[in-house]
Amino acid sequence: MKRLIVFIKQVPDTAELRIDPKTNTMIRTGVPSIINPFDMYAIEEALRIKEKWGDTEVIVATMGPPQAEEALREALSLGCDKAILLTDRKFAASDTFATSYILSKAVEKIGDYNIILTGKQATDGDTAQVGPGIASWLNIPSITYVKKMIEVKSDYAKIERLMDYGYDIIEIKGKFLMTAIKDLNEPRIPSFRGKMAAKKAEIPNWDAAYIGAEDKNIGFLGSPTRVVKAFSPPPKQGGIKTEGDDIETAKKLIANLKESHLI
Amino acid sequence: MLKMKYELTEEQKELVAIAHQIAEEKIKPLREKYDEEQIFPEEIIKIFGQSDLYRVFIPEEYEGLGMGVFEMALITEEISRVCGGIALAYAGSALGAYPIILFGNEEQKKKYLPKIAAGETIAAFALTEPDAGSDAGAVRTTAVKQGNKYILNGTKQWITNGGYAGIHSVFASTNPSKGIRGMSTFIVEKDFKGFEIGKKENKLGIRASNTSELIFNDCEVPEENLLGKEGIGFRIAMKTFDQSRPGVAAQALGIAQGAFEEALKYAHQRKQFGQIIYSFQAIKFMIANMAMKIEAARGLVYNTAKLIDAGEKETAGYSAMAKTMASDVAMEVTTDAIQVLGGYGYMKEYPVEKMFRDAKITQIYEGTNQIQREVIAAQLSKQVSRLK
Repeated sequence: MKRLIVFIKQVPDTAELRIDPKTNTMIRTGVPSIINPFDMYAIEEALRIKEKWGDTEVIVATMGPPQAEEALREALSLGCDKAILLTDRKFAASDTFATSYILSKAVEKIGDYNIILTGKQATDGDTAQVGPGIASWLNIPSITYVKKMIEVKSDYAKIERLMDYGYDIIEIKGKFLMTAIKDLNEPRIPSFRGKMAAKKAEIPNWDAAYIGAEDKNIGFLGSPTRVVKAFSPPPKQGGIKTEGDDIETAKKLIANLKESHLI
Repeated sequence: MLKMKYELTEEQKELVAIAHQIAEEKIKPLREKYDEEQIFPEEIIKIFGQSDLYRVFIPEEYEGLGMGVFEMALITEEISRVCGGIALAYAGSALGAYPIILFGNEEQKKKYLPKIAAGETIAAFALTEPDAGSDAGAVRTTAVKQGNKYILNGTKQWITNGGYAGIHSVFASTNPSKGIRGMSTFIVEKDFKGFEIGKKENKLGIRASNTSELIFNDCEVPEENLLGKEGIGFRIAMKTFDQSRPGVAAQALGIAQGAFEEALKYAHQRKQFGQIIYSFQAIKFMIANMAMKIEAARGLVYNTAKLIDAGEKETAGYSAMAKTMASDVAMEVTTDAIQVLGGYGYMKEYPVEKMFRDAKITQIYEGTNQIQREVIAAQLSKQVSRLK
């Protein structure tokens, strides 16, 4: 049987995150949680690959507090076969380096696999580091910003990766990790039977000891980076608008640019 | 206060949540275009199918969820809140399937219901003809037995999902001299020889729903596709309507709810004379009335659907009341919603003019509201002897 592993993150459902200026942390109270939107594309792609291949197991996993189980149940309702919750007090305060270490240990514990999928980044931290980090720890290639799977077999894939100008076409052999972007697909809506089954599914909790994660590599101790300060940047101000006919507006614009010493 | 809470089961809540998600995420972005261009929502039907929504009204033995009219109505309402036209791709299939569910034999159910449950194909109900509308007994399409087949000839008109459905419940006369007692019902597949799709109608509202003529030109239907027996077609139609009318009522309710929410939102944003227009009594009383009417209709619709599911015998009158009241409310609320939005409401940039156009049909089809009042009055008359 072939196997796909999808890593997801539960994030607050809001476009405008608020930061508590005293503690430098996100204000989470009263904000509902969702699966990180980019991870939804990773789940959808895994399910599509499974449908194409047949005889494939999709395992969805997340690291988080016990309530992250909700996100896993949602992933199950979409059609993932199994879910794993990585949860341990020792995991708290892990940065992207420690988090990707923990997730790589979980992969080792799961065993064999064909592809690891995840979203390009989480909408709360926005680092885009954890996906490639897992690949580094596992010493496998990672393909980020995947916009299209041209071909995907159990040991070979041809993939379009988004770049600043256009895209790359990459061929890859063997295991790899990929991170999904919005262009990749359109996530499905859960089915009723999927939802009801997901409610009853048993989700194992794996802790640091179970996956063999060493204390020095996880949590605060294992995190080389520190958040010094978090703040809400001021909202973008509207630009200058010039009005009138074409010639008139062009003149005004030139005058403005000169005044600002831009030309 | 946007919608009164009813004691829904966990399963019912999940169904409503799925319908809500489909409506908001998949239907809302395309409803305007599909209405304007009369596009049939094939990809939405696929989503309804994948999400198990068509399974709701199909018995468990035939790959359904074995739920009732109430659940079908809850889903129809939730979809109609966003688009009353696309909702018909859902509820219309239930209408086409009910004759098979209610009167089909084991083989017929086994053959057809799992396909409808999976959304692999949708069903249609074909009764109306150019000269047989409210007078459903005046059907002129004939079915003549020849060997082990029935040969159907005639034209059906205004058939919802016509042209896209794979399975049709068709009403034809096997004995024209007997009038309504000579009517029979057949399951007709799209690919049967002599079955043709006629004119596609251009309509005022529910434009994303396909409404077509069906032409039977020596159409060959195997005898095993007769539902029940010859001569019970009229009874099949009436029993089907008893089940399906809460669906039309729910569609009307959803359209009304959608329009009410738009009006409420707009009235809190729109400023005139330096204040939001909701601060004017003329506006807010209109909206308070909308809310009251909708809640009253919802109570009637939900309770009727639950009575049917509980196996209550005499529900024809309540079904008629629910359909009539909810559709009248939908017409009133959508009319007022346009009024609240004023000039903007009249424009296609805002969805209320579409809701107004979509609402009108609910007063007309599956029995006009005038026919419904006949049904209600007839039911009441039957009870008069019980009064002392």
